[in-house]
Amino acid sequence: MFKAVVTITFKKSILDPQGSAVHKALKSLGYQEVEDVRMGKHVEILLRGEKRQEAETQVKEMCSRLLANPIIEDYQVELAEVEV
Amino acid sequence: MKFGIVVFPGSHGQTDCHYVFEQILQEPVTYLWHAEEDLQGVDCVIIPGGYAYGNYLRAGAIARFAPLMEQVIAFGKKGGLILGICNGFQILTEAGLLPGALIRNPSLRFQCQNTYLRVEQTETPFTNLCEQKEVVKMPIAHEEGGFVTDKETLERLEKEGRVILRYCNEQGEVTPESNPNGSLHNIAGIVNEQGNILGMMPHPERCVEAILGGEDGKKIFNSLVAWWQGGAGR
Repeated sequence: MFKAVVTITFKKSILDPQGSAVHKALKSLGYQEVEDVRMGKHVEILLRGEKRQEAETQVKEMCSRLLANPIIEDYQVELAEVEV
Repeated sequence: MKFGIVVFPGSHGQTDCHYVFEQILQEPVTYLWHAEEDLQGVDCVIIPGGYAYGNYLRAGAIARFAPLMEQVIAFGKKGGLILGICNGFQILTEAGLLPGALIRNPSLRFQCQNTYLRVEQTETPFTNLCEQKEVVKMPIAHEEGGFVTDKETLERLEKEGRVILRYCNEQGEVTPESNPNGSLHNIAGIVNEQGNILGMMPHPERCVEAILGGEDGKKIFNSLVAWWQGGAGR
């Protein structure tokens, strides 16, 4: 069994109004050091199987077909083997 | 001319659209349930506004995989007329029938208001009854209407005359103040390469009678019928 953690973020070129709003809120709380805030999505997927390579290929396919929109988003996949 | 209105769980613009075709245009119209696989021989597919599949993940992301959508995609690729309104526009971009994507309004608010739109192209199935650069008034109601795309695609859309509607002020000037949702180049509606698929964020079905505050939306629907009667249907 594998656990995939998928992190989806807006591409750098895409305006992230939520991130900007949170950035402003942090500043108004006094955190003047904050340079930038980008929001994203965090998806955890439990996957049956034994072969790491297969699991990774499958999760990447899930990302490009459904989980992320390649026009506006980038994604990262972290895969770890877990006990059933 | 037979119209088909796609209905997903979470759609809510279908009844208003149905009213337009049945009562105002008096053309045959049918609902097309998302789980079916038959377009029932319609001549034009309407994808109405709403929250198809709750807009979970991203607006339109899950709706795009509904069984009926495979038929809709094939229909569109063969040149069939498709009009996507609001959530329908979002679904068409997710389905790859139209370029770009629609992201959260910079205001982070649900923008519900009348907008002025400049008709940029009139040689289309959707705007042939409009005057060139005509200013029309239609309401928007969305939280994710900011049209974005990469620079090359944007340049191509402009060069090929595929931007059909642009947010403007009452005088028809395209200004930052008249852009309600941060769309690049004030884009409110675009067509695909072949010109048979239009996606637009404003709601033409919500302004088809004086009592609704305006009738400009009728121009879009009447254009479709005129286009059809003028040759596309024969």
